[in-house]
Amino acid sequence: MSTATADLEAIATRRQAVRGLAFTGPAVLYTLAFFATPLAVILIASLYASDAGRLGGDPGFGNYARFFARDSLLVALTNSVRLAAITTVVSLALAYPLAYVLAFRVPARWQRLGIVLAVLPFWTSYVVRSYAWLLVLAPEGVVNGTLMALGLIDTPLRIAYSDAATVIGFVHFFVMLLTLTIFSSLVQINPRYLLAAADMGAGPWTAFFRVLLPLSLPGVVSGAFMTFVLAIGDYVTPAILGGSKSLVLPQAMFFQISRNGDFAMASAMAVVLMAVMAIAYLAAARWLRMDRV
Amino acid sequence: MRQIRGILGTGAVLALAYGFIYLPVAVLVLFSFHELKAPVPPFQGPTTAWYEALFADPKLMDALVRSIVIAVVSGLGSTVLGFLAAFGLARFRPPLAGLWRFLLLMPLTVAPMCVGIGLLILANGLALPKSLALVTLGHVAVNLPLAFTICLAQMGGHQEVLERAARDLGASEFRVLTRVTVPLLWPALFASFCLCFTFSWDEFIISFFLSGFDVTLPVAIWEMMRAGINPKINAAGTIVFILSLGLVLVGEIILFGRRRRHDRRVEL
Repeated sequence: MSTATADLEAIATRRQAVRGLAFTGPAVLYTLAFFATPLAVILIASLYASDAGRLGGDPGFGNYARFFARDSLLVALTNSVRLAAITTVVSLALAYPLAYVLAFRVPARWQRLGIVLAVLPFWTSYVVRSYAWLLVLAPEGVVNGTLMALGLIDTPLRIAYSDAATVIGFVHFFVMLLTLTIFSSLVQINPRYLLAAADMGAGPWTAFFRVLLPLSLPGVVSGAFMTFVLAIGDYVTPAILGGSKSLVLPQAMFFQISRNGDFAMASAMAVVLMAVMAIAYLAAARWLRMDRV
Repeated sequence: MRQIRGILGTGAVLALAYGFIYLPVAVLVLFSFHELKAPVPPFQGPTTAWYEALFADPKLMDALVRSIVIAVVSGLGSTVLGFLAAFGLARFRPPLAGLWRFLLLMPLTVAPMCVGIGLLILANGLALPKSLALVTLGHVAVNLPLAFTICLAQMGGHQEVLERAARDLGASEFRVLTRVTVPLLWPALFASFCLCFTFSWDEFIISFFLSGFDVTLPVAIWEMMRAGINPKINAAGTIVFILSLGLVLVGEIILFGRRRRHDRRVEL
């Protein structure tokens, strides 16, 4: 190849690169400015002391020390992890049968409609969705109203404003997400594998646990990861449905800001929250990779 | 016998699952037309009194208009930025493409609350007052990954061929974009706009932290909710719900219809 064509090619490659960067640049700059910068600000702010809405003092890990020393704050963290874990397990248990039925039992031409219907309310406002559950579960809500009108109970059941109500609200949301991820894993499995398992003498349960479940694990794990991370980071659902006794981490962060104006402490808690999410991510990634080996 | 049991089992799973998924939605919509203040059966009505009360409430109506404006502006912003980035990465494969992609998808993995707190501290530090403009900027930041993903997934090879043909015929890069790429990709762009609109329209926590006295509709509904159950919220919730559902369905149908047409073309 002559040097002239090599030069021309180099120029063409550079022009491609410049154009690519010119088109990608605005979005990258925007993300750096309005996403990466705020996160960096949180990281820095978490190292300072907050005084009447202003950050001051020498940098240090005082906020983190205070966080892990104060029971009320540490409890918020364990509450968050506990509720997110329960939510993940219950949602999986409910979503798997639905995804299974949609993937293997529903006739092919109804499948698409079935899955769209199953995830449609996922796209609606979480404030409104949580409020709708309050309508169902509140002391003066539908369940209690019906039971009392029928004379089955005299005093309303305390379902709303509790951890149970938070979990119900969460599960409702994440069953839809998990049904989608598990369904997309299941439809990729060749049904002949199940026939082969049956031919070799496996009963339906053996075939499920030894063939179907392992093959659908990628969808299960990625869905479980998303459920855990979104549940642990949500403020709205526990704030509307949960009780005032046991707060979750986002609620505690919210109070630090709206009541105490302690941005530094809220930042430190945000960093802890992101660290928990990162750990969940690493765990999910590791599971998926082990599964592939 | 076994088959009948299987069909019954399937029916039971589907009935329970859809019942659970649609219960709160059905209750919300039904009791927005209920005459009594408390959501207690039997149903009495229907009445549109709560909708009339809602439309007569200037605070909620102002919030509704603000939410629509923010959703339109941030939906357009996310879609334009996301589309340009997807176009640049898919067509020109610039250096460090993997890094840019990673960076652009990052906001998906961080709780919006953390972004909201960061923006709030940043605005305080720069002495910027809370405003709807800040809310809009925050919404674009968290919705950009969605628009980027949708556009990137739709950047197919057959469009690239047409773009190259246009370039060979002497079209400038801008002309290629406006006369070839955008007309070919408009369904993806529209779907992306619909979904970003929906997310912004529903977003609460960033709006709560960054809006001043002029709040968006979810924040206004939130403030009303602090006082407990109120049928006016049922009416407002129903409207919020129907608008998001309609837009998502439109986006789904456009994306899905396009995929189907495309599949058929490949078959031919």
